[in-house]
Amino acid sequence: MMQEDMIQILKPNGELVDSALEPKLSKEELQKLYHSMVMVRLLDERMLMLQRQGRIGFCVTCLGQEALAGSGLALQKNDWVFPAYREYVVALIRGMPLLDMMGQYFGNELDPLQGRQMPNHFSHKETNFVSISSPIGTQLGHAAGAAIASKIKKDKNVVITYCGDGGTSSTDFHAGLNMAAIHQAPCIFFCSNNQYAISVPVEKQTGVKVLVDKAKAYGMRGVRVDGNDVLAVYQVVKEAADRAREGKGPTFIESVTFRMGPHSSSDDPTKYCPKEKFEAWAKKDPIQRFQVYLEKKGLWNEDFDKKLKETLKQEILEAVEKVSKAAPPKISTIFEGVYQDMPYHLKIQHNELLEEAKHKGEFIDTSEKFPL
Amino acid sequence: MAEMTLLQAINDGLKTEMRRDPNVVVFGEDVGFLGGVFRTTEGIQKEFGEERCFDTPLSEVAICGTAVGMAVYGMRPVAEIQFLDFIYPGFDQIVSEAAKMRYRSAGQFTCPLVIRSPYGGGIKVGHYHSQSTETYFAHTPGLKVVIPSNPKDAKGLLISAIRDPDPVLFLEPKRLYRAVKGEVPEGDYTTPLGQAEIVHPGQDVTLIAYGAMMPIALEAARNVEASIEVIDLKTIMPLDIKTILDSAKKTGRVITVHEAVRTCGMGAEISALVAEHAMEYMKAPILRVTGFDTPFPYTLEHVYLPDAKRIVMAIEKVMGY
Ligand SMILES: Cc1ncc(C[n+]2csc(CCOP(=O)(O)OP(=O)(O)O)c2C)c(N)n1
Repeated sequence: MMQEDMIQILKPNGELVDSALEPKLSKEELQKLYHSMVMVRLLDERMLMLQRQGRIGFCVTCLGQEALAGSGLALQKNDWVFPAYREYVVALIRGMPLLDMMGQYFGNELDPLQGRQMPNHFSHKETNFVSISSPIGTQLGHAAGAAIASKIKKDKNVVITYCGDGGTSSTDFHAGLNMAAIHQAPCIFFCSNNQYAISVPVEKQTGVKVLVDKAKAYGMRGVRVDGNDVLAVYQVVKEAADRAREGKGPTFIESVTFRMGPHSSSDDPTKYCPKEKFEAWAKKDPIQRFQVYLEKKGLWNEDFDKKLKETLKQEILEAVEKVSKAAPPKISTIFEGVYQDMPYHLKIQHNELLEEAKHKGEFIDTSEKFPL
Repeated sequence: MAEMTLLQAINDGLKTEMRRDPNVVVFGEDVGFLGGVFRTTEGIQKEFGEERCFDTPLSEVAICGTAVGMAVYGMRPVAEIQFLDFIYPGFDQIVSEAAKMRYRSAGQFTCPLVIRSPYGGGIKVGHYHSQSTETYFAHTPGLKVVIPSNPKDAKGLLISAIRDPDPVLFLEPKRLYRAVKGEVPEGDYTTPLGQAEIVHPGQDVTLIAYGAMMPIALEAARNVEASIEVIDLKTIMPLDIKTILDSAKKTGRVITVHEAVRTCGMGAEISALVAEHAMEYMKAPILRVTGFDTPFPYTLEHVYLPDAKRIVMAIEKVMGY
């Protein structure tokens, strides 16, 4: 396959490549897409700022990859998501409340995950958005398993999982694709090829020229899409999901995009990524491109945009205000949830720690002593 | 002598040995062009070229598996795993292959590799960037496990590890990377593997620690009236049993310190050794100051991790027994 060969619906300037390709999305759906993309960009900018100010410990962003929203819109309510760490816009568009996300960034008492994971490691049961893990690639096998389970149970639910270009080198990439293909499982493997795995460029990641070629080796359908074109992302995921639901098996999608920010708040991309690359990709911005399209459809103007951004910024600000003042999680949260029932040795250790806390007088904690 | 951080000492150790031995190669994720996410390999690709210092794809099994192949072939690979928490895809290669090569081939083939990896908590990056799971590896016959606590030892132990005829897991206390500084001899020198050091002599209590726990162990020792003997293990496999037992017999009170979970940790092993060989000298129960038997929490990391006060509480307990 040629390097330029990829599915595109909107050109970088926002014009339709071919009006026959235009997906039939309602006004509400188009607005929902735009809304989610803008929301996640504003959220990323705010969280990076809060990290710089020392108010949260860490964050990752999906700057430049907001068209991931299209993949979320293409799914049905009961479908499942096994994400890596840049796909929280998929959780947002599927209905995860901003307040729950904000709690996780701050890791305090208002965090649904009780401060156990570092920021951006969301988990949201209601949208079948399965707990994010740091080790790269581990979710790929889980997705194959869940998809095989959906097939056995005849649920007609589709499973989507995500990874980066780096993730394609992981052991689990092979394991997940191989299993899903053998079982013709209703699974979508969505790889965001954002050109870098921290400092390692994709050319050093693999010997193949385009990642979609990997699908062939597993006997799986492969699709390459312009990852900065939200309509194209929507369309290829929708097709893959329809096929999967009809029992036609898994699809591997290579989404060609670019990481427009640091790898994480701990990274400085100027050390390894030439400025020119950022400049070139800035011209292909997914939000800008979609906005031109919406404007032509009469769904966007500057006034509307200004108001939308003000509203979203306000929403984020209020969430920060509300969440940031909460107390840290209780000491008992360290020991609870390791198992469903707390074993005796953990009760002993929990009580030891409460004793120590009293002795030190440092943390005010209202956890109860465990009866032994 | 030059004043260095632990990070700089490791970098210096790598370069020193690479200059001496053309068989030493360094590779891992982000170690080449960037010089490592912590900058431990800074300048190495520039000085030695891409063949001797290169970035790998994101695959720990590729890193560990190719290291085994190179070592068997006759080179001295020094592979980096970005965080100890990510080593598990390579676990099989380390424990089933590297560690068993000498034994299963009756010495026909050996595997003199080094795998370096930052370990432990204290930099507030949550569960998957903070764990201290050295015991999985110490539990593996055929593998050595080395954990330095200061710049001078870090360089000397690293050079020894590279020259060692057997595979060595070299764990670096990431929270001390820039936090500790010290004089480091220039050029080539070694610090022996398998040898602990009494870093603070004392009479009343033996405090045994390693790696990132050394600064707080010393802080505790200096903050109590009792006379505390502090031992830096430096190598946790094989253990320096003689130094441990001599001190235990002298003081009659033993406390072990590690941030790893308590159950089946190094503290348990050392307690058993003391119980087996020096029970009759003991004046108080052998205590363990450790992390808890839970996953590593993000927000409450400071509550989870042992600190000098937790150690002092244990000292008071054995002294008041
Ligand atoms: C198994 C494993 N090894 C190493 C790491 C450290 N690490 C975190 S992210 C990353 C790069 C990931 O790159 P990619 O998969 O392309 O995703 P991107 O960050 O570009 O979205 C690395 C090496 C990890 N998290 N897990």
